[in-house]
Amino acid sequence: MVLEKYILAAVTTNPRKVPSGSAVFHCESREEMEQIAKNLEAILDGIAHLLSEDLYIIVSH
Amino acid sequence: MNEYLYPVIFGIATGTLARILMLRTDYRQYPTYLHGKIVHVALGFIAAALGTLAVPSILEQEFTAVTFLTIAASQFREVRNMERNTLEQLDHFELVPRGNTYIEGIAIAFESRNYLVIFTSLISTLVYVLLNFWAALVAATAAIILSKTFMSGGRLKDIVDIEYVEPRFEGAGLYVDNIYIMNIGLPERQKEVLKYGMGFILKPKNFDARTTIANLGQRQAILHDISTALGVYRDSGTPALVPLAKRDLNDGRMGIFVLPQDRDIDKAIRVIANVPILENAIRMPTEKNKQDKKEEMNDNGA
Repeated sequence: MVLEKYILAAVTTNPRKVPSGSAVFHCESREEMEQIAKNLEAILDGIAHLLSEDLYIIVSH
Repeated sequence: MNEYLYPVIFGIATGTLARILMLRTDYRQYPTYLHGKIVHVALGFIAAALGTLAVPSILEQEFTAVTFLTIAASQFREVRNMERNTLEQLDHFELVPRGNTYIEGIAIAFESRNYLVIFTSLISTLVYVLLNFWAALVAATAAIILSKTFMSGGRLKDIVDIEYVEPRFEGAGLYVDNIYIMNIGLPERQKEVLKYGMGFILKPKNFDARTTIANLGQRQAILHDISTALGVYRDSGTPALVPLAKRDLNDGRMGIFVLPQDRDIDKAIRVIANVPILENAIRMPTEKNKQDKKEEMNDNGA
């Protein structure tokens, strides 16, 4: 099965905001969050979308 | 030797010549291989022979012989399938795919060119047999010119005005003018996008054009053509750097976002202007209105 759009992972500095049911990376700082999001984007072939100041999601398109 | 020998040779020669003239390798880069060209020239030769031979068979009252033209029709439908299959297979490996609508347009063109060859050969042989060589030469030239004009369709510049707009970010949202393109989260990516990205606004000249450029296949064709002509700043595994075309729902304007390697604005506008209007994308809602009005008038008259 090919998934058209799917949240592959979430990267956040705010643990209360993450969606349930997907891989979550908790980060200490914004820099760390950006770094992890950037790496995940490259690894997962997805796009890092910024939903709010403290939450990235990596989505496959 | 019989009376038809020279007309037949002449017809086959003009038909094959017509096919060669219609076989252009341009920025679309297709077909480039010599083998690919030979396939099409050979099929053009067969088409020319079919068109030519129809004339003596009619003149000799061998009407059943004309039925072989139906075989030709099915044969050339195969050409369309062949082109479609090849291009669809290759499309998976394009950084910016052509899209199925574009492919279908190209495939139809390949099929119809063979019919134009039949037409050219038929006309030139007929004129040769009925009149003489010089008249046939004139007829053949006219037929080839006619085929050429049939072959070229409309261009995007006929239906839209093109304007360059610098893409910009509002938060993580990428915009071309006021049209939202996509959400790019990473600051590093945003910098790349601003450095390499170019935005264009296509303003439809009329209501029909609005629906035509909204077609997803037409949009993909625009993106593919720009990316072919100007290069593309992209690699596999970088979905964030994908060229996109989005629509302004209010007035039907199209926002085009591309990442070319050659950031030449004038050239890009020229390329967009020359993108073919895909036959399968053309919509004419205003024709429907005209038809309704006509029916209304007829109803009132009755």
